[in-house]
Amino acid sequence: MNEEGFIQLRGITKTFGTVVANKDVNLTVRRGEIHALLGENGSGKSTLVNVLAGIYAQDAGTLMVDGKELRLTSPRDAIRAGIGMVHQHFRLVEVLTAKENIILGEGPGLIHGKALTEKIYNIGKKYGLYINPDKKIYNMSVGEKQTVEILKVLYRGAKILILDEPTAVLTPQETEGLFRILRNMKKEGCSIIIITHKLGEVMEVSDRVTVLRKGESIATVNTSETSPRELTDMMVGRPMSLEIQRPAYEGERKTVLRVKNLTARDKDGVARLDHMSFHLHEGEILGVAGIAGSGQKELCEIIAGLDKASEGIVEYNGESILGLSPGAIIKRGVSMSFIPEDRLGMGLVAGMNIVDNVLLKTYRAKPGPFVDRKEGAAKAEAIIRKFEISTPSPWHAVKNLSGGNIQKVLLGREIDLSPRLLITAYPVRGLDIGASYNIYDVLNEQKRKGVAILFIGEDLDVLLALSDRLMVIHNGAVMDIVDPRTVTKEDVGLLMLGHRPGEEETA
Amino acid sequence: MTVNIVKKPDLSPRQQALFRVGAVLMALVCTGVIMALLGYNPFVVFYKMLEGSTMTLYRFQETINKAIPLVTLSLGSAVAFKMKFWNIGAEGQFYLGALGAAWLVFNLPALPAPVMLPVMMAGGMLMGGLWALIPAVLKSRFGTSETLVTLMLNYIAIKFVTYLQYGPWKDPKASGFPKMPKFGDYAVLPKVFGVHMGWIIALAAAVLVWLLFRRSKLGYEIAVLGESVSTARYAGMSPTRITLTAVLLSGGLCGLAGMMQASAIERSLSATLSGGLGFTAVITAWLARLNPPAIVAVSFFFAMLLQGGSYLQTAMQIPSAMADIIQGIILFFVLGSEFFVRYKVHFVRQAKPAGKEAGA
Amino acid sequence: MNSFIPSLELYLQTTAQMGTPILFGTLGGILCEKVGHLNLGVEGMMLMGAVAGYMTGLSSGNPLLALLAAGFSGAFGALLYAIVTVTLQGNQTVTGLVLTTFGTGLSSFLGKSMVGVSLPASIQEAFSVRTIPVLADIPIVGKMLFQQSPYVTVALLLAVLLWLYMNKTTMGLNMRAVGENPGAADASGINVTGCKYLHILAGGFLCGLGGAYLSLVFVPRWQDEITAGIGWIAVALVIFSTWNPLKAIFGAYFFGALRGLSFVVQNLDMSLFGRKVVIASQFLDMLPYFFTIVVLVFITMGKKAENQAPKALGNAYFREER
Repeated sequence: MNEEGFIQLRGITKTFGTVVANKDVNLTVRRGEIHALLGENGSGKSTLVNVLAGIYAQDAGTLMVDGKELRLTSPRDAIRAGIGMVHQHFRLVEVLTAKENIILGEGPGLIHGKALTEKIYNIGKKYGLYINPDKKIYNMSVGEKQTVEILKVLYRGAKILILDEPTAVLTPQETEGLFRILRNMKKEGCSIIIITHKLGEVMEVSDRVTVLRKGESIATVNTSETSPRELTDMMVGRPMSLEIQRPAYEGERKTVLRVKNLTARDKDGVARLDHMSFHLHEGEILGVAGIAGSGQKELCEIIAGLDKASEGIVEYNGESILGLSPGAIIKRGVSMSFIPEDRLGMGLVAGMNIVDNVLLKTYRAKPGPFVDRKEGAAKAEAIIRKFEISTPSPWHAVKNLSGGNIQKVLLGREIDLSPRLLITAYPVRGLDIGASYNIYDVLNEQKRKGVAILFIGEDLDVLLALSDRLMVIHNGAVMDIVDPRTVTKEDVGLLMLGHRPGEEETA
Repeated sequence: MTVNIVKKPDLSPRQQALFRVGAVLMALVCTGVIMALLGYNPFVVFYKMLEGSTMTLYRFQETINKAIPLVTLSLGSAVAFKMKFWNIGAEGQFYLGALGAAWLVFNLPALPAPVMLPVMMAGGMLMGGLWALIPAVLKSRFGTSETLVTLMLNYIAIKFVTYLQYGPWKDPKASGFPKMPKFGDYAVLPKVFGVHMGWIIALAAAVLVWLLFRRSKLGYEIAVLGESVSTARYAGMSPTRITLTAVLLSGGLCGLAGMMQASAIERSLSATLSGGLGFTAVITAWLARLNPPAIVAVSFFFAMLLQGGSYLQTAMQIPSAMADIIQGIILFFVLGSEFFVRYKVHFVRQAKPAGKEAGA
Repeated sequence: MNSFIPSLELYLQTTAQMGTPILFGTLGGILCEKVGHLNLGVEGMMLMGAVAGYMTGLSSGNPLLALLAAGFSGAFGALLYAIVTVTLQGNQTVTGLVLTTFGTGLSSFLGKSMVGVSLPASIQEAFSVRTIPVLADIPIVGKMLFQQSPYVTVALLLAVLLWLYMNKTTMGLNMRAVGENPGAADASGINVTGCKYLHILAGGFLCGLGGAYLSLVFVPRWQDEITAGIGWIAVALVIFSTWNPLKAIFGAYFFGALRGLSFVVQNLDMSLFGRKVVIASQFLDMLPYFFTIVVLVFITMGKKAENQAPKALGNAYFREER
């Protein structure tokens, strides 16, 4: 029995194609502790726990549980080793009942309905989990689904529970309930690994914290001996030594975009945007900071005409553009270089070459039934030259370019349209530092020309350095619009979590 | 030992083509082995198939006759596939096209051929297109799977033509024999170089579809929509309009194939007009990677297989079904080879953790 | 009027015989689609089974051997399909069509020499009609259910067993999960690839048996393309029955009844109330396909999740796909 290291991960490395998701990561978890994994988006937390759950096969490194080395070739092996995982996107079969989902994966046998209900009830009682075992998953709330996932793990007698961002989808009350359950499990001797980027929760529930940054493990500390501030520093790293410029714009400052009381609800009636109001004028970069999923996507898509708002006003140069088709909005000069999570999902056509991608918004301009690829090629070559895109030729498929070059194709095309309003979301996601700075320069150049830029970012240091004003959003609502020259990073962080400065950080 | 599967960087089109040609060669070797096991000399069989499909003028013309509908049907299927609309209804659209043409012949007076034939083509294309529109509308309205609807519509179309053949359109002069009247000469496509002019139409269609895919705005929109609906919307395109137009075109081409077959080969309409060509076309279009020049080549190759297969019957007393078997084996190999185009397979000697599931 | 009941009983008896091969094909299709694989090769697998069953029956005279040969050749067709679509992640639609081409060609090739050769008496005897006393005298349905070849009865039993398997056992549950959400199944420790292979092959086995019913019992001679499109009706019926083996019984018998009716109508010059009424048999033939489209539209319109196609139908599964 090794109390110091019940679970030990040593030197875990995992790459996807050219992306290094984990680089020589170490993690040690004790028996009967709640261990938080903390890190920014893309820091490699999910990849690491997916390796431990047998979903991904690591390229290098070893896993030890209870002093024995584990060789996991499938989730089945992980389950046998007593490891259970609750995935961020639940892995439940919607058309089956809770009960059926819980026993999924059992060896050959009959389904004993009554006895099973009894057993599930008993496990639930022990830890304080209650569900209706005969309810179908598609009829369940998010909280109920999560309960089913946890019950499923407990039903198999797992000693190690991994939760990937379990609170992201829960209400505060549900979160409290979850934490109660986790503490009960700890008492029973389970080890729990919880992934989160909410500092308050880390402080509240965990015993120790391991911080990951850019795929590497930075440090492991005792929660009682650290502070949110210290954790933030470790998570984000030292401020970058390179200077991001914030050039001044000398021209007129007409308002380009005015958004008022913009509200959007999803099909369940939950507000994704909550009475959002702001304006944006010429020659300005308005940064938008917020936790992932705070309404960034909805805001971009509504302005571009791709999504519907339930109420509110969106005016472009004094004209309402709400409800216009995407085509009509493009014609008015609104340009959106929107990078969804998988980068190539919307702004570019992955399988097509650069020329065809450059033509995406302008192919209609010429009369007649044909696409003018000669002009497209000329344009593509100009963009390649101007943005120093490294590619064998303009006829090269976009998906075969590196991330930075893909990004430049997208931005290059949008800027080539000479927009008055440029919406750009996560333009540097996945890019290395050099490529990122290239993009910032491009944006600044546009700003100097008087273009209004809505910049949706993730890296607070960049947002603070680049933006002229910084809008912080939380749960689809504008918390505040602050001056990035004077505000502190910590205050912005608190706003992102939904706290106004002055309130204490109590989750 | 475990197997590790890793995604490969994309191969160039030439490398991909090489993979497929390699797969076809392996398939031929495999077929050869099977033939040898059955007691035939594979070299003789393959030679006889070649002989039977190309080596006399008549046989070559017969091969072309089989290739014409196949090219046109494959082009039609390709237009829909380009949009990832799985129209496997070429067979049914073919019959509707033939039906439209036949209806015109039976109901219009004997017009001069230069008037009659274009009218028949238009009618055939219209009927084929409308038939294809049914699954398109069902898909865009309700999200119904087009694969299954197009499949079902094939059989409805065939049964309907059978009904006409045995019922209202039966030739009263055929002394009770269930067949429709023959078309007058004015409704038959004339021959050019010994083969009905459908070959010109099919090649022209290939050029047009090539232009559509390579040069036109519509083709560009179809390709974007096929890759990603959200990109199409982002670029300001209307997915519904594009879907309906493309499907109309797809069904129209299949209908045109039916019209040509009815006019030039059968000189009438019958429920056995296609002989399953519509299904073969799904395969040829896919095999040619929706590339019109490749469609012409692959269709010709398949026509050779069909023609050569029926020659085997007379020349060697080997059932012509041998052609189907060869076809099947080739296709299994080519379908399977796609995996090796996309993934690299490592065999790991040491029991190192690996993606077992995908490689078992 | 007195002859109405007996002739109805006879008609129902025929209905069950017509429905049996459809039922086999449908059960095979359900197994395959329930693990997420659309297999348009049912017709091909049925033909492979039909020819192998007939060949083995001819040469061995052993009915059991003939059945095994039929089942395993259907499963062999399914194996080809599974290698291409499960392991090599090939396109399911095209692969299924190819399997049908291949199976049709193979059966026609192998069957050529058997045209006109009759089955040995031992085979005919084994599959001949058995009358279960008392039960067969139940009015109307007695003959349909209890005066049949054991082959017909076995099909019915298989359908019931399959339903029990799918709904009452953990293996069946795992199988449904694989077709709905292979990611969830995998995370639950189910061997997704193994599960797919097992059920696709079992489905092929059933299709093979369905084909052999035609060549060994129903016809019973060898003729080219003996299935005459029954495989496609089965593909339709998988949807029509909303992937439920019990509903498949009713569907198969219903479609069987339609096919039976088309024989009757064709042969009858119907004259009612002095007017000639013609219901062309082709319209009856069309009905299975037409109903399937209607059902397909209804289940996609309706939101009832239990009736939908397995969610992962048509998609390959690769665990590390991101």
